[in-house]
Amino acid sequence: MLAFIGRRLLVAIPTILLISVFVFLLQQLLPGDPILAMAGEERDPATIEFLREKYGLNDPLPVQYFKWIGGVIQGDLGISLRTNQPVSELLLQKLPVTIQLAVMALIFAVVIGVPAGILSAVKKGTVVDYAANVVALSGLSIPNFWLGIMLILLVSVKWGLLPASGYTPPGEDLVRSITTMLMPAFVLGTALAATLMRHTRSAMLGVLKSDYVRTARAKGLYERRVILRHAFRNALVPIVTLTALLFGELVAGAVLTEQIFTIPGFGKLVVDAVFNRDYAVVQGIVLCTAVGFIVMNLLADAAYFALNPRLRKS
Amino acid sequence: MLRKLSLTAILLGATAVGAQAQDLRIALQSDADVLDPDQSRTFVGRIVYTALCDKLVDITPELDLIPQLATDWSWNDDQTELTMQLREGVTFHDGEPFNAEAVAYNINRSQTLEESRRKSEVASITGTEVTGEYEIKISLAQPDATLLAQFADRAGMMISPAAAEEAGADFGLNPVCSGPFAFDNRVAQDRIVLTKFDDYWNADEINFDSVTYLPIPDNTVRFANLQSGDVDIIDRLAATDLEQAESASDIEVASAVSLGYQGMTINVGNGDRADSPIGENPAVRQALSLAIDRNALNQVVFNGAFAPGNQSFPPNSPWYDQDHPIPERDVEAAKALLAEAGFEDGVTVEVQAPNSPVPQQVMQVVQAMAAEAGITIEITSKEFATMLQDQSAGDYMASQVGWSGRVDPDGNIHQFMTTGGGINDSGYSNPEVDELLNNARTTTDTAERKQYYDQARDILVEDLPIIYLYHQTWIWGLRDAVSGFTPYPDGMIRLEGVSLED
Amino acid sequence: MAHVSDPATADSVLDAKPENRVWKKFRSHRSAMLGVFLVAFFVIIAVAAPILPIQDPTATSWSAVRAAPSAAHPFGTDEIGRDVLSRLIWGAQASLMAGVVSVAIALCFGVPLGIAAGYFGGWTDTVISRCTEALLAAPFLILAIALAAFLGPSLGNAMIAIGLSATPIFIRLTRGQVIAVAAEDYVESAHAIGLPTRKILTRYIFPNVLPPVLVQATLTVATAIIAEASLSFLGLGQQPPAPSWGSMLNTAKNFLNQAPWMALWPGIAIFLVVLGFNLLGDGLRDALDPRET
Repeated sequence: MLAFIGRRLLVAIPTILLISVFVFLLQQLLPGDPILAMAGEERDPATIEFLREKYGLNDPLPVQYFKWIGGVIQGDLGISLRTNQPVSELLLQKLPVTIQLAVMALIFAVVIGVPAGILSAVKKGTVVDYAANVVALSGLSIPNFWLGIMLILLVSVKWGLLPASGYTPPGEDLVRSITTMLMPAFVLGTALAATLMRHTRSAMLGVLKSDYVRTARAKGLYERRVILRHAFRNALVPIVTLTALLFGELVAGAVLTEQIFTIPGFGKLVVDAVFNRDYAVVQGIVLCTAVGFIVMNLLADAAYFALNPRLRKS
Repeated sequence: MLRKLSLTAILLGATAVGAQAQDLRIALQSDADVLDPDQSRTFVGRIVYTALCDKLVDITPELDLIPQLATDWSWNDDQTELTMQLREGVTFHDGEPFNAEAVAYNINRSQTLEESRRKSEVASITGTEVTGEYEIKISLAQPDATLLAQFADRAGMMISPAAAEEAGADFGLNPVCSGPFAFDNRVAQDRIVLTKFDDYWNADEINFDSVTYLPIPDNTVRFANLQSGDVDIIDRLAATDLEQAESASDIEVASAVSLGYQGMTINVGNGDRADSPIGENPAVRQALSLAIDRNALNQVVFNGAFAPGNQSFPPNSPWYDQDHPIPERDVEAAKALLAEAGFEDGVTVEVQAPNSPVPQQVMQVVQAMAAEAGITIEITSKEFATMLQDQSAGDYMASQVGWSGRVDPDGNIHQFMTTGGGINDSGYSNPEVDELLNNARTTTDTAERKQYYDQARDILVEDLPIIYLYHQTWIWGLRDAVSGFTPYPDGMIRLEGVSLED
Repeated sequence: MAHVSDPATADSVLDAKPENRVWKKFRSHRSAMLGVFLVAFFVIIAVAAPILPIQDPTATSWSAVRAAPSAAHPFGTDEIGRDVLSRLIWGAQASLMAGVVSVAIALCFGVPLGIAAGYFGGWTDTVISRCTEALLAAPFLILAIALAAFLGPSLGNAMIAIGLSATPIFIRLTRGQVIAVAAEDYVESAHAIGLPTRKILTRYIFPNVLPPVLVQATLTVATAIIAEASLSFLGLGQQPPAPSWGSMLNTAKNFLNQAPWMALWPGIAIFLVVLGFNLLGDGLRDALDPRET
């Protein structure tokens, strides 16, 4: 197990390098000139040339890349073209925000999605199953922005219950921080809950028909015990993979949710950075999310081993 | 006893004032860029500067220039020397004194800082001479009618020389100016917080302890924040939300027609892509202009809240040429023009438009209107950075763009219409127009300038390198607790005299 | 229902050939048939749009901008006075294509790569998995804008972009499932008796991989339909004034206060199609599941 994790961590380094090269090249393919946007109405060629030089955009591509990666090794991620802030400072500012959103959303997703999935699998073909499905699918097919704006109009404007948008750091005011994040986390969570519910249902259906569940039933165990102890435990394998995959959906979903609720997190940072062609910021974010993905995938694979006794043996 | 009572009253009063002193929350449409007046370029950045950095001169809502840090000024006879008297007793947020040396430093920085985006705005200045602690003489190469208006904007914002010297190009991370509020902190895309500067020369007019700017790009969400009372003032309320805002009991609305314009820039001479029917043929451009019902456009997309337009200046501007009123839509005349130019079967125009809802809506309306005159418009939506590059590189046929506008008319026309002008993406070049616009720039007599602009307009309405469509109206939404707010056509939010009564 | 408890039917199911058995099970699946009906309904509408007696989806009317539903416009009009009903019907084409084609692209790449990674393991797995991670880590937006610049704006290229960005999830899902199945006793015995790899893959691995992949595919259809909307605003998807449900919704969000019908109808349409595909997926899943009798 430890050897496995160690091997994976070793492979992670080239993976991250691969990702950084990939995104670096992809960015070069983007149309649009960041300097032109930065220069604004000042189109003095000398100024534009100076800015290009200052941000190293005149160097050949490999030089640009190695300068950047060299900086990264020393902990310097460059500075934002738009605000001149150091990228590392920006990332540190934004990371906790998105983590808070993601964790709260995941809680919503698991609390709604997993029980609903178990219930609809156990009660397959009944009204309960259909209802759970319809609710889950609405969660999936209602676009985030629609649900988000509707919630803002209803909960904040009409009832005045929660802050309409924005972000408050937990250190500043914990209660307000959580209440501000409730609606966005719910919006992000519902879409994930739908995915989670559907997969839980599918996995549970498979397991419920398997021999050991039949055996457990035959032994006369209580149904609740059969379902939770035997069936659900085995259905967990695909559910855990999926939760790791959901990390990707979380990040993608956070992009939209953060836009709607004006939450200054990773998602909003990356969108604005891409649109402003703020290369250093985009690179920094990608590096960060790449590490996140790798860690999540590693955890998911480790969970396979932990949850699947047969794999553990071999 | 009486004394004791009054003392208590004073103390109570003091606490009451202390308790009243509040934070004003303003929601902006987007996040500002770097907060260095010499380096920044965004419109919202200028809104923040209004509270952060005082300028040499300011404007009235009627666009008259009034003193701010300069209390008085005068020109020499041939208009090449500007002498300014400066306000005494002003200090920067870091305690450094404001004086003629500081002004000289600032002008020099705008001209020589390599990152400066102000160079063209102060290009006419050849030198400064400190003629007293509070008097400075600015020499020009030739008369420049635009200079004072530039001093009413970013080029006239005074930053602390000591702080600027220390921070260099990184000044924007921690700006130090002399405005009513000092920089406190900034979280990119979340907030910019300014706190009251106690030593401000006009501190009596300032009624807040702090002001927080929150960028909220989505129109609906920004408005929702106002409705729920989470913010006190919002920038750019959507025209389509106006009706609802006006009918709400706890919301006030203020508006002013902007100084800018929105229109379609046609590529008439910027590279190969200018070789198109619409690029080569003024008649086609005239036909397109005639095919558009500008009033209907305004009604459909903006509920009639904006101002239809056909020139670089809005119809309510003193610079607007009344001899060329907004043309009535005339589809037959448009078809006739096309036929005359040899396009009986119609023409196709590819228009690039920014990928945000309002421009898309505008272009689709124009598309439908033009189709009736036989002009097929193909809309290509592009995100802004791409569009900007394609436009400056001449890789477009027509482009839907706007301009936020400047106080001096020159800022709305010169760099767009003169040969080789800074933002002349259209590639338009006409020596006659060049001469007229250059004359208008170097003439300080208003009536004479107006004549030059009118003469240029006579040519431009025929050539139409830009087909103007409408002028945005700045609409601010305010909680009814906010009072003393004055709408300005430059779209700024000036906080002098504004107060919050809760 | 899916459980066929009636012994007589069960016998006939068991007697049939595998293909027939699957089809019979599917036919008897009531909710799956509802799914078929829903999907078919929208497909027919999309195909028949040109011959249906509806208004021109691009015809504007300045006197009826954001007009509420009425006899002339049963679903109301949009922000520039176009008939929402006819835009909805014409938009079905773009949206169904965006949903189905991009998922098909993702499946074509994702499933074989996932099987290869999971079954062969070792270097194959390492290379595929690491590339997957790279693709997952690249923000969708960058990918989309770069593709838009390269391929030029069109609905087809939007599908490619969406399909590519949905591929990693299928690779990961398939791989995970294959690893789990490959460790089962019957696969190990199949190895032991020397069954060729191809047979093991088709007979044992693939059928077990299919259920979760189908579920995910039907879910991704929904995401893809909605993703098309954001892409059309980047200049990659359906170009104005041609309609798609996604772009209709995207515009409608600015008028939720004033013209809720603009968001309502495309919202309902997306919901029904997504429901249809998911019910269909469920039915297929049950019918293909070898364990289910």
